[in-house]
Amino acid sequence: MDEVTVFIMGKGYRVPAGLTIMKAMEYAGYRLTRGCGCRGGYCGACATVYRLRGDYKLYADLACQTTVQDGMYIAQLPFTPAERPAYRLEELRAEGQTLLSLFPELARCVACNTCTKACPQKLEVMDAVQASLRGDIPGVAELTFDCVSCGLCTMRCPAEISHHHVWQLARRLNGAYLTPRAPHVAQRVAEVEGGKFRAELDRLMAMGKEELVAAYKARDIEP
Amino acid sequence: MKTLAYFPGCALKDQARADENGTLAALARLGYEVREIPRWNCCGTVYSLAQDDLMRHVGPVRNLLRVQGMGEGRVLTLCAMCYGTLSRSARFVEDPERLRRINAFLAPDAYNGGVEVVHLLTLLRDEVGYERLAAQVKRELNGLKVAAYYGCVLLRPREYAVDDPDGPTVMERVVEALGGGAVPFPERMECCGAYLTVTQKGVVEGRVGRLLRSARAGGADVVVTTCPLCQFNLEERRPAGAPALPVLYLGQLLAWALGADEPAVGAAITGISSGVRHG
Repeated sequence: MDEVTVFIMGKGYRVPAGLTIMKAMEYAGYRLTRGCGCRGGYCGACATVYRLRGDYKLYADLACQTTVQDGMYIAQLPFTPAERPAYRLEELRAEGQTLLSLFPELARCVACNTCTKACPQKLEVMDAVQASLRGDIPGVAELTFDCVSCGLCTMRCPAEISHHHVWQLARRLNGAYLTPRAPHVAQRVAEVEGGKFRAELDRLMAMGKEELVAAYKARDIEP
Repeated sequence: MKTLAYFPGCALKDQARADENGTLAALARLGYEVREIPRWNCCGTVYSLAQDDLMRHVGPVRNLLRVQGMGEGRVLTLCAMCYGTLSRSARFVEDPERLRRINAFLAPDAYNGGVEVVHLLTLLRDEVGYERLAAQVKRELNGLKVAAYYGCVLLRPREYAVDDPDGPTVMERVVEALGGGAVPFPERMECCGAYLTVTQKGVVEGRVGRLLRSARAGGADVVVTTCPLCQFNLEERRPAGAPALPVLYLGQLLAWALGADEPAVGAAITGISSGVRHG
């Protein structure tokens, strides 16, 4: 079995090549209860920074999505302290100054682009900061759609911006006020409230376990 | 059509939309194909005087890099603040050592230097020309009396001035080419109070009152500016009793005179109409 040497929190371990950083940590004996969630690259809990021997760059990625390399120095960043002001969406307006007034530190951006380099999702993070500054809420929502809120950009930002909280607000404003309403959603909500599915739910709730399992197995599955 | 790289700046996309809308409509009529530079960032707003903190110059230089990436050698700005920051940063990195250090940070990108930053006023003076501008006028200004307000950054520091820093004429000449009348306005190079608008509103109100009274004393119907911060202060920090002159962007005046349609001039039509002395 091919092995590589990695350094976790400064201590060296021989681990099988091809493991993800997360698996390598578990192989080395770590039991992960925080900084570990979906294991599929969606939840953003396993933010990790690392350096490679002989390379000045500090790399950032998700532990569950990155395979180990020989000579990797690894540290976890399971949580990013980030200020999020309290707001009530229904009291806000989706207009130019809304993001900047709640997150004035946005104006400290010097366009260094360090955030973009840190992003494991390969988002154009700095462009989103700049779109926030100029009040382009749909632009921010679009640029940050794939953000997993891992916080790596926030950890690296010299302007101390709490990026993922800004993005969340931008997407909320965009969804609540700027995107067209979907008429079929209101229609379906009305159907639910009107009791369209009541009888079927009652029937399921009244079933015994065996009957329920049989019904589950016999269900229609969409192609 | 002549292509022209264009840096809008944040205010032009929000509070100062009227300036951008008007100017772009006017430039199209003057034969320019304006190309907004892709993925631009804030100019920095206030030029950093820190010589030893190059990080503060990365923002403006990154914009020059984007212009270079378009294959253009110059970039147009409308906003006086953006002009100040970009033109000074362009000069700052003419020093090869500073450029080398900034490029080490921008890597793998690299700015080669040499992008020229042009303000709308100098474009109109040096390339369009007052006579050609006058020949394009489609809508009479009826001798609208205009106070041409320069403020600070178009003329200071003097090495970056768009015109003679002690006796500028460019904005007045543009106004006259459009069929307006530039009135005597002795305070035209005075500061509006700028960012004190955040912390010391009273100081700004004092300055704005003085500016507006000076403009009115010269007989002005409207004040024209190229700076979103001046425009904001002159309208929002007007003290009680000071003349309520409409404060327009140069782009609005241009669009109006060159015959741009609604909604390109939008608010300008209301502003200029209310300023025009009929009969």
